Amino acid sequence: MQYLLTSNKFIAGFREGKFLGLQCNECGVYTVPPQKVCSECHSENMKIVELSGNGEVQTFTVIHVPAEGFNPPYIVSLVKLEEGPWVVANIIDFAPEQANMELIGKKGKLGYKEIKPDAFSGGERIALTLRII
Amino acid sequence: MRQVAIAGVGMTKFGRSEKTQVEMFAEAAIDAIKESNLNIKDIQAVYVGNADGNVEEGQSVLASMCAADIGLEGVPATRFEGACSSSTVAIINAFAWVASGLYDIVLAGGTERQRIMETSLATRVMGFGVHSRYETPTGLSFPGIFAMMAHLYAKKYGVSLSELKEAMAKVSFKAHKNGCTNEKAQFFGKVVTMEDIHQSPMVASPLQVFDCCPISDGAAAVVVTSADIAKRIISKPVLIAGIGQSSAGSVSSQKDITRPKARDISAKRAYDMAGLTPKDIDVCELHDCFTIAEIVATEGLGFFDFGDGYKAVLRGDTEIGGKISINPSGGIKAKGHPVGATGAAQVYEIAKQLRGECGPRQVEGAKIGMTDTMGGSFASLAHIILRRGW
Repeated sequence: MQYLLTSNKFIAGFREGKFLGLQCNECGVYTVPPQKVCSECHSENMKIVELSGNGEVQTFTVIHVPAEGFNPPYIVSLVKLEEGPWVVANIIDFAPEQANMELIGKKGKLGYKEIKPDAFSGGERIALTLRII
Repeated sequence: MRQVAIAGVGMTKFGRSEKTQVEMFAEAAIDAIKESNLNIKDIQAVYVGNADGNVEEGQSVLASMCAADIGLEGVPATRFEGACSSSTVAIINAFAWVASGLYDIVLAGGTERQRIMETSLATRVMGFGVHSRYETPTGLSFPGIFAMMAHLYAKKYGVSLSELKEAMAKVSFKAHKNGCTNEKAQFFGKVVTMEDIHQSPMVASPLQVFDCCPISDGAAAVVVTSADIAKRIISKPVLIAGIGQSSAGSVSSQKDITRPKARDISAKRAYDMAGLTPKDIDVCELHDCFTIAEIVATEGLGFFDFGDGYKAVLRGDTEIGGKISINPSGGIKAKGHPVGATGAAQVYEIAKQLRGECGPRQVEGAKIGMTDTMGGSFASLAHIILRRGW
């Protein structure tokens, strides 16, 4: 059974201006980022759909001591998509020194940015981003 | 399934080491075998927990190298990888094979040499424990995950960040108070004050340096035998009463990371197998890689209600001799965290506690103890419940 939405296809979708995800044909629940089976009912019977890109900040951190290849400070957050799933995204166009508990609950628009591959990244990669509205 | 016991334990001092992963493991292994009154040639299999040895020293087939180094070439040797939970998983597998009767005596433990890496590379390599396609590219570090856990905890339970930070600082203070007296600990003999903790630099808001475990080298090993053999060869066999293991995927797929589901599942399995409840546990070595992680773990293991863990710290319930003695060794925070060795070092501490050999950090009368080890982004959880077998 072929993998319906691979990470390469998911990334290619962003480059074509589409935020792709999976929706289960059995239970209707969305699975994002993609995986082989539905995150809710474990059915393989899913379809590729385009998502709204609307999300809400659930939690965040400002990273001051980064992993190799990243320039601090930068904000990482857990974002709940309008369709239900949570994703990890960088909050962009927002001053890290302004980031406090009031960021939680703020709504924004998901996007992506290209991240340079490194020796361990297994090829090209992107990071999800959230721009607060 | 037959009863299984720990017949001997050994560990190196944690901290910075000039020795290789194989050399450190060999030291811990020989100490454990000597304690068990067995000979090296009695060992029938070698299980080694290790997370990142390939990158740290360019070494794969590490378990085979470890076995050969102590004269055990020829025995089955297997490396177990579950990030920070690697050696707990190795010990659980030793338990399973001894319980099944395939082997009678297995050497299990772990080794890791992280300090050979620069901090930025070490942060990158530890970041391997996050989903590499969908999460690592955001620059999400390990402290970053637990920082998000802290903010989510504050929001979920309506706690002010300053009050939660005070409880987190007390977790760190307690760890260092305990670890200060543990000669195997990375921070042995080092006094850390609340002022040191509060004034330390920010790593990933709201976590400061003293909310985070150090980067460490070290090894630990235990001899796992059938209970019958252990009772014949030593006076204080420590029985493995229950084990549990569970898994999960990416951080985001778990949503509410203040309550990792894999911990609920794994801990329940261990309690059920042992026929025990959280109230029965006298002492627990749990996964305090970050201060908030200890608070969340004390809730997940059932020692405190969800949302009460931070208050328990402020009440002093987790001190040695408190309602439940948490991390008397100094925990990962003060003892150190050579990730592949951490679980075996937790078992080392609980075995010593049950045998009453812990000196100033002894939990008086401890009869039943538990370890909790978490690997990756809550992706691998493993538990072992130990009790006196004499």
